[in-house]
Amino acid sequence: MNLSHLPDQAAIYFLLAAFLLAVGVFGLIRRRTFIGMLISGELIFAAAGLNFMTVNRFMAPDPAVGQVVVLFIMGLAAAEVAITLSIIIAVYRNYRSIHSKELSELKG
Amino acid sequence: MRPFPLSAYLIVAIFGFIIATTVTGALIAILSRRIIRSVAGLALCSLGLAGLYYFLNSPFLALMEILIYVGAVCVTIIFGVMLSETDEPEPQDKLGRERWWAVVAALVSVAIFWGLAHTSLYGAWPVTGAPATDGSVQTIGVSLLTTYSLPFELISLVLMVAILGALTLARGGRDKS
Repeated sequence: MNLSHLPDQAAIYFLLAAFLLAVGVFGLIRRRTFIGMLISGELIFAAAGLNFMTVNRFMAPDPAVGQVVVLFIMGLAAAEVAITLSIIIAVYRNYRSIHSKELSELKG
Repeated sequence: MRPFPLSAYLIVAIFGFIIATTVTGALIAILSRRIIRSVAGLALCSLGLAGLYYFLNSPFLALMEILIYVGAVCVTIIFGVMLSETDEPEPQDKLGRERWWAVVAALVSVAIFWGLAHTSLYGAWPVTGAPATDGSVQTIGVSLLTTYSLPFELISLVLMVAILGALTLARGGRDKS
């Protein structure tokens, strides 16, 4: 088996992106603090970017499009992190906790 | 000119190392109980992703990944950790429920991974010919300022609104009164 074509296989990148998405969803369900959930969300963003770049490299006719799209995804992820962290800090100031179990005032 | 000896194997080894970095970083990011280690795992995963972007013919995005994720996002999350709590809570007496949720989460993520892996391995992916452009930084710059100029400007608007919103949100409750 010739290993030297390994970096040119689209399937490896697709599998890695699927792994990152699955890990991110697992963390999003499993984590009990907001910062942990935010980190899992970042992994999901990374999976989306990797998937876009794979399609861009192996299947798109114009290789510039995917790079532009991934750049936009990175910008949106940065904006999301800024907003989420300020919400987390505001929540911590009001509740003295960032555990998702303890913010249950709206629970009936 | 003779190529560097064993250069093909060297490239494969570097590729495997990058994949291992990405996977290890992602696993550290979700499994570690201390949040600061999760942030370090996210940084490691971003470094691996930068390497993958390099292998996908885009050194520009590799640079941007390191600059934005390792340089900005992780540092911002570390600031958030310093301003709030640092650890996941210890699993309490409801151990059965915790384990049940872990099983549910694992089932969901395995289902997602299996479905996507099946699609990517056996899907009918189109094969295209030679690319129309070279995808260099110059091409990206030109297309950002011609074809994609509206989204480009909108991203800057989104970032400005996000900064203002973050300032407003984090300021509440800090007044002297």
